[in-house]
Amino acid sequence: MTRWAMVADLRRCVGCQTCTAACKQANATPPGVQWRRVLDMEYGTYPDVQRVFVPVGCQHCADPPCESVCPTTATKKRPDGIVTIDYDICIGCAYCAVACPYQARYKTDRADFAYGSMSEHERQRHDEGRLGVATKCTFCVDRIDAGLAKGLKPGVDPEATPACVNACISETLSFGDLDDPTSKVSRLIAENEHFRMHEELGTAPGFYYLWDHKQQESE
Amino acid sequence: MTFGPNPWQQYHWDWRAATNFMAGGVGSGLIVCGALAGPQPGALVLGAVVIVVGLFAVWLELGRPWRAVNVARHAATSWMTREAMVAPLLFAAVGAAWLGLPAAHWAAAVFALAFVYCQGRMLHASKGIPAWRVPQLVPLIIATGLAEGLGLWLLWRAAAGAVPVAAWWAFALLLVVRVALWFAWRRRVHAAAAALAAIDAAGTVFKLLSALALAAALVAIVVPLGDVGLRALQAIAGVLALAGGLWFKYTLVTRGGFNQGFALPHLPVRGVARKQEAP
Repeated sequence: MTRWAMVADLRRCVGCQTCTAACKQANATPPGVQWRRVLDMEYGTYPDVQRVFVPVGCQHCADPPCESVCPTTATKKRPDGIVTIDYDICIGCAYCAVACPYQARYKTDRADFAYGSMSEHERQRHDEGRLGVATKCTFCVDRIDAGLAKGLKPGVDPEATPACVNACISETLSFGDLDDPTSKVSRLIAENEHFRMHEELGTAPGFYYLWDHKQQESE
Repeated sequence: MTFGPNPWQQYHWDWRAATNFMAGGVGSGLIVCGALAGPQPGALVLGAVVIVVGLFAVWLELGRPWRAVNVARHAATSWMTREAMVAPLLFAAVGAAWLGLPAAHWAAAVFALAFVYCQGRMLHASKGIPAWRVPQLVPLIIATGLAEGLGLWLLWRAAAGAVPVAAWWAFALLLVVRVALWFAWRRRVHAAAAALAAIDAAGTVFKLLSALALAAALVAIVVPLGDVGLRALQAIAGVLALAGGLWFKYTLVTRGGFNQGFALPHLPVRGVARKQEAP
């Protein structure tokens, strides 16, 4: 079996938002919609303040609440763990959006363009089918499927890897098969302290965050 | 649009979704009352009309309203699908009761209870909203729906005459139960401060109006009032019960629906050396 997952090494992220830009370019999301984004969190009080950059988006949960509440079956979880939305079935009720604990889902009711009117680039990539329905990160599922069809390895071969991972300048983001113990994501998780967001809700996200318990203790 | 890590009010469901929860509760409660008190086909039809208004309001919220029939595709796990599937059964039962079919009013009451139960489970299944996902919200939604329905029934019947004392007892009991359930639910809610402030403000109104309605019920039970006095009290008590419940549910959806934001259980140590890949 295959279980696609993503790892974000919080020790390495510099908050450059290149992944955000790469996602927008790859998926042609409209203004205000960021399937991949990086939160800039500040903790503590002066002078003991720490900034943390946290990449977020759809966590492709093993038990996705968005899938079970969806009244239309538009949201589905594939056997490889990727949660998808069928834009042709979705009615845009946004029930999935309120059920998602990760605020990963968007609904755009009308076309919106970066500079008011539609640019040539936007004209070429505009998709009426994505208006009035739920949208979110797909782990660039089309790239993965096309890459696999060519015999490429997602997470290793850039052509078969999500755009955000390819674009990451600090090697914060990694992608791969959790069920393959030799994959980069499996090794990163095995060798580092990690957690998943809102784990107490039982959604079993496919998105892992690395931190460093041992280093923190030794300081 | 960017958000920080702090929780914010969900913006996907607004007054239109809130109207469905408000009307669904009132309509279901009224149908149950109409079945128990009679049967009273007029009350059943009025309840069904109220539910239709709520469903129409939430239909306006759909991004793709002309595909609404797709709502019925996921009965296996979706409470929204189940709500949508119960609704036509409920309307058919109300129609049959209106035509005088025996026992149809009981079927309508059962479907009405199922409808409001689905609404409670819909909110409970919203894992992204801390105030909604608390299990105690389900009985609260049912109890407040029944109390509001009985409130509308009292108001509606005030024009016809005084209701029997058993109805006042049932009303008083429901008011006590819904306030008790509100406290049970509120104790379990751990949400953002702004959400709690909105919920508590609406809760104050909810409890105050419930207490006033309860006082009116006790006066009606204990004090020998004339027909006109009783009918006036009926109307007042009904409005109070309705207003408290409706305001609570409207607030719950439109101002108490904060998500939980993003939270890190651990802070990372910034900057680690790049590990060399094994050859």
